[in-house]
Amino acid sequence: MNESSRGEVEFTLDGRSVKAREGETIHAACRSAGIDTPTLCWAENLTPVNVCRVCVVEVEGARVLAPSCSRKVEAGMVVHTDSPRVRSSRKLVLELLGSSVDMSLSTDFADYAKRYGAEPGRFGPRAQPSAAGVRESALPGHHEVGDGTRAATVGQPTKVDNDLFVRDYDKCMLCYKCVEACGSDAQNTFAIAVAGRGFDARIATEHETPLPDSACVFCGNCVGVCPTGALMFKAEHDLREAGKWDESKQTETDTICSYCGVGCVLTLRVQDNKIVRVTSPSDSSVTGGHLCVKGRFGFKFVEESPRAP
Amino acid sequence: MDLRHHDVLPTAAERSAVDALLGVEAGDAPPAGFAAVRDARTLLLPALHALQSSVGWVSRGGLDYVCRRLGVPPAEAFGVASFYALFSLVQRPQAFAHVCDDIACTAAGAEKVCSELERKLGAPASGHAKTGTAHEDGAGHGPRWARSPCLGLCERAPAALVTIAGAEPKDCAFGAATASRIEAALAGSPPRIEEAYVASSGPRRLLARVGVADPASLAAYRAHRGYEALARAFELGAEGVLREVTESKLVGRGGAAFPTGRKWEAVARATARPHYVVCNADESEPGTFKDRVLLEGDPFAVVEAMTIAGYATGSQRGYLYLRGEYPLALERLSHAIESARAGGLLGANILGSGFAFDIELRRGAGAYICGEETALFNSIEGLRGEPRNKPPFPAQVGLFGRPTAVNNVETLVAVLDIVRDGAASYTSVGTAGSPGTKLFCVSGSVVRPGVYEVPFGTRLDALLALAGGVLPGKTMRTILLGGAAGGFVGRDQLSLPLSFEDTRKAGTTLGSGVVLVFDDETPMVPILRRIAAFFRDESCGQCIPCRVGTVRQEELLSRVVNGRSTLQGELPLLKDLGQVMRDASICGLGQTASSAIESAVALGLFEDER
Repeated sequence: MNESSRGEVEFTLDGRSVKAREGETIHAACRSAGIDTPTLCWAENLTPVNVCRVCVVEVEGARVLAPSCSRKVEAGMVVHTDSPRVRSSRKLVLELLGSSVDMSLSTDFADYAKRYGAEPGRFGPRAQPSAAGVRESALPGHHEVGDGTRAATVGQPTKVDNDLFVRDYDKCMLCYKCVEACGSDAQNTFAIAVAGRGFDARIATEHETPLPDSACVFCGNCVGVCPTGALMFKAEHDLREAGKWDESKQTETDTICSYCGVGCVLTLRVQDNKIVRVTSPSDSSVTGGHLCVKGRFGFKFVEESPRAP
Repeated sequence: MDLRHHDVLPTAAERSAVDALLGVEAGDAPPAGFAAVRDARTLLLPALHALQSSVGWVSRGGLDYVCRRLGVPPAEAFGVASFYALFSLVQRPQAFAHVCDDIACTAAGAEKVCSELERKLGAPASGHAKTGTAHEDGAGHGPRWARSPCLGLCERAPAALVTIAGAEPKDCAFGAATASRIEAALAGSPPRIEEAYVASSGPRRLLARVGVADPASLAAYRAHRGYEALARAFELGAEGVLREVTESKLVGRGGAAFPTGRKWEAVARATARPHYVVCNADESEPGTFKDRVLLEGDPFAVVEAMTIAGYATGSQRGYLYLRGEYPLALERLSHAIESARAGGLLGANILGSGFAFDIELRRGAGAYICGEETALFNSIEGLRGEPRNKPPFPAQVGLFGRPTAVNNVETLVAVLDIVRDGAASYTSVGTAGSPGTKLFCVSGSVVRPGVYEVPFGTRLDALLALAGGVLPGKTMRTILLGGAAGGFVGRDQLSLPLSFEDTRKAGTTLGSGVVLVFDDETPMVPILRRIAAFFRDESCGQCIPCRVGTVRQEELLSRVVNGRSTLQGELPLLKDLGQVMRDASICGLGQTASSAIESAVALGLFEDER
């Protein structure tokens, strides 16, 4: 349906009467109205999955809160985005998330936690991380009952099974973005999916097959959409491990990929004259934020010694 | 999509089990074309069942073969297989026992059964096991049993389910489980089938044929007024059926109490086609077994009622989604569907009406969440059983994205009387707000646990009296009303009339009709922690409030149980958790995960222990 054939709907947003396009989400209407709604699992270039629940708003007459990222506006709807109920839910969601996942690399999370006064430490000290392979072998419908003195986390060692990117699922908030980017929202490779159930749910290849043996084509689109740093360029990971990651020394340069004729926009992040990360703007009309293995990881030649004459 | 498969081949048994389901003609060829792949995906769950029931687990080779045949990406198939508790991704002994340790069974001594089993058979499967690896000798090793959530046999608690894989798989579920009865069943000698105890306070409507008509005989069903309702439906016309159902004020019996007539009308009027009917027989709410009793005792009634629903809503296809832990119901329903088909009561031109309708039986695989209607759709579609966000509601966007009428078993069976005798007759019993009769699952410390049919408005104490009252020598402590997602009520609430409006007024719920009686010898705090553990285990893991909230709630109760803190000290946290789960979770599981526990706090059930 093209935009002009859609009607407009009028509804009340935080006491103001506003107009929105029919079929638009509450979140989109909030953005138009200048209301900053927190989001973690939402992204401009992916289908909303409404799982993080940090964008919830109160719709009058509804029994429960609604995820603004996917709930469509309706004529006459009365929406509150900053009611005590909304604030309390957002605070609790951030606390639950922060208590179970390492969110230290998400600046959005830090901002939201401050805004809503979230205290992820209130559930007690964090439990020790699991040993490698333990979370992957959990049986659905079963868990070991502890004494409750330590807050369970998804903590586990980083998976390093290739030279291009690492998977640090200690930082995985299960936003489904990587699965969507690997699947029908971008790459259509379907190398990863959510496996397991409940607190043991995780992102996995079949039978935890290492990425090089899986269907992965190393486009890195999963890395590109990851909001928490759980998926990270190996170059960045190594620098961080060595304590040499230094954002003050980094620059970002936009360029066009030199491999084929599509003309993808690349944003190169450089530290000490080395490329440490390659992204593409999610609002780019050419890429929609997504790249292929060459544009994403094929930059070694730039750093090699001068070209042959 | 460029699928990458592995070089692990299926065994002959795995291949033949999958081929038996999918046909052999196609050989290894995956479905060609987008539509074929999309349509094949819905066969993923049946294919996984074929593997599990033929060899006792889902191996790498078996899973890969299914993926090749269906065109499903291996990572996604693994994501689906690892979602369900009845699928083992680790090689297991072919005979395996699932032993219920949920609330009703715990109160009936399940822990004793479990500790004796542990002594005789070794430790249960729990926690962790590496997936995909076969033992070198090809035989199953390792644990021979696991603990299980409610198996829906609460009237004969403690309960067990034994599955024996093979070319002719044999599953059996039984009550009054003891370690030796479980061992005998594992060795191939299951106990004799026992029918549930049913009773009523007046003329039986829902239970009219249960224990009376042979559930395996279409002739017996017809001799007991079977298919009179469908004949009457054809006389009334689809509009007439919608009118009667709406006027009967029938509301859903699965727990949410949504008006059935409104749901059916919305589907009937929806312009998108085709329409579907789904019978939600994934009864898994702890303490609930009424649907099992109907499915086992009157399977043709479910088939007939689904046909009427199809007629009224303009659907030609129905799916009956049965929980995986009900082997007897599976056998009887399969037989009923086949007999109805053979008798011209399913298929083209039913009873000469020109109306065509057929039913496909789908088996769940151990996931409480699949009783949530949209999770159920995803499960049928071959996806993980994760609930969808609502709106859109199933009447607009349901199974396969089409308008769908999804109803609980008891709701459907109630429709038969409404259509046959008219709405006026139906509303002549019950209360003004809740007409008709209701099935209650009475279990725990009562003399005659069973399924009871009483008119709405019957007082709680009258229902208990019907069940023979509290066991001699015991004193009632509390009653869990509505299941784990319901709430506890106290001894001072025995005069409560059992109707939707009265329970709502009293701040509780009828839920799925659970009336689970606890005496004062049952320690309540471990029961509450078991409820918390249940929700943690059964959360699908999709949304943060439920995925992490259920964990924190259980940790909190563990601290109280272990004396690390006091209930009083934990109350603010408990309330906050309850609030965020109720307000921000995607579906009813998270939204009700704290309700029983919060009601127990209000009743002071924590207090005189410790």
